[in-house]
Amino acid sequence: MDAAALVASLQQAVPDATFEAVATVDLHPTFYVSRDHIARIARALRETSTLDFAFLAELTAVDYWPHEPRFEVVYVLVSLQHRLRARMKVRVSGADAHLATVSDVWPAANWLEREVWDLFGIVFDGHPDPRRLLMPEDWEGFPLRKDSPVQIRRPPHVAEPLQVTADEFRQNVERDRLARE
Amino acid sequence: MGIESEYEIPVLTTTVEKMVQWARRSSIWPVTFGLACCAIEMMAMSCSRYDVARFGAEVFRGSPRQSDLMIIAGRLSRKMAPALRRIYDQMPEPKWVISMGACASIGGVFDNYAIVQGVDQVVPVDVYVPGCPPRPESLIYGIVELQRKIAQQRLAS
Repeated sequence: MDAAALVASLQQAVPDATFEAVATVDLHPTFYVSRDHIARIARALRETSTLDFAFLAELTAVDYWPHEPRFEVVYVLVSLQHRLRARMKVRVSGADAHLATVSDVWPAANWLEREVWDLFGIVFDGHPDPRRLLMPEDWEGFPLRKDSPVQIRRPPHVAEPLQVTADEFRQNVERDRLARE
Repeated sequence: MGIESEYEIPVLTTTVEKMVQWARRSSIWPVTFGLACCAIEMMAMSCSRYDVARFGAEVFRGSPRQSDLMIIAGRLSRKMAPALRRIYDQMPEPKWVISMGACASIGGVFDNYAIVQGVDQVVPVDVYVPGCPPRPESLIYGIVELQRKIAQQRLAS
């Protein structure tokens, strides 16, 4: 199944979305979809019986700064049932960098979307656990953005040793004991 | 030190200070802690071909509470820095640190936002071993230098 046939069957499932099949060097079926329908398109990809893309192999993003829209979110999908591969891309603008999560369709998207948020700052609406994945929790900025500084000189953050009083220590031990019982 | 020949049995005299530092430097126990590819060379150093047991530093302990020496073998990411500091804080005094390789010492090729540019920003370092990675001989030389340094240290007056 080539990109045109894929797009045709998806257009049937989600009539109001716009699709754009593109030619690629590696001959993988590749198509762009409109951002606002991504949740329904993902559902259709997984649940249409002729497609059955049950396996989300990769979810990542590309930054084309200073072009606009600067981001492309890339979904690489595999259909084990029909021996198909597909590459779906979504253009996301820098000023309005958010799109719907697909982690309810493919649970594998959970950490991948966290990674994309962590490194590119693209917000996934409705994500169940939108925390940083790779960078420290108190990190500021998104390091894989092209306009993010690479060589920075900042002292590393080191946590202070935990200081508790004797009473607090006894209370902690007691609380642990009660939690175990 | 001198041998007192008037006694029946041979006797060595020395000071408590020299005795203590001799004991400390002759049995340096490193903590099992490898961060990156330098740790492979560190493991080779402790194995039979290079055999750091000749210098008394072969007992890699799994717990920082039983260790004297932390060999920082590899690049230290900013996210890892608090964990490294916590392990260092758990080691009992007296304790020493060897910064192994270019990455641990100055950041090496990883001149970027994610890597600490020199672990001396996080823990005090006694000996820097250059190399990328240093050969096991270099690391053994670093340990011998550390032993020399320990021998010169004075007990608290």
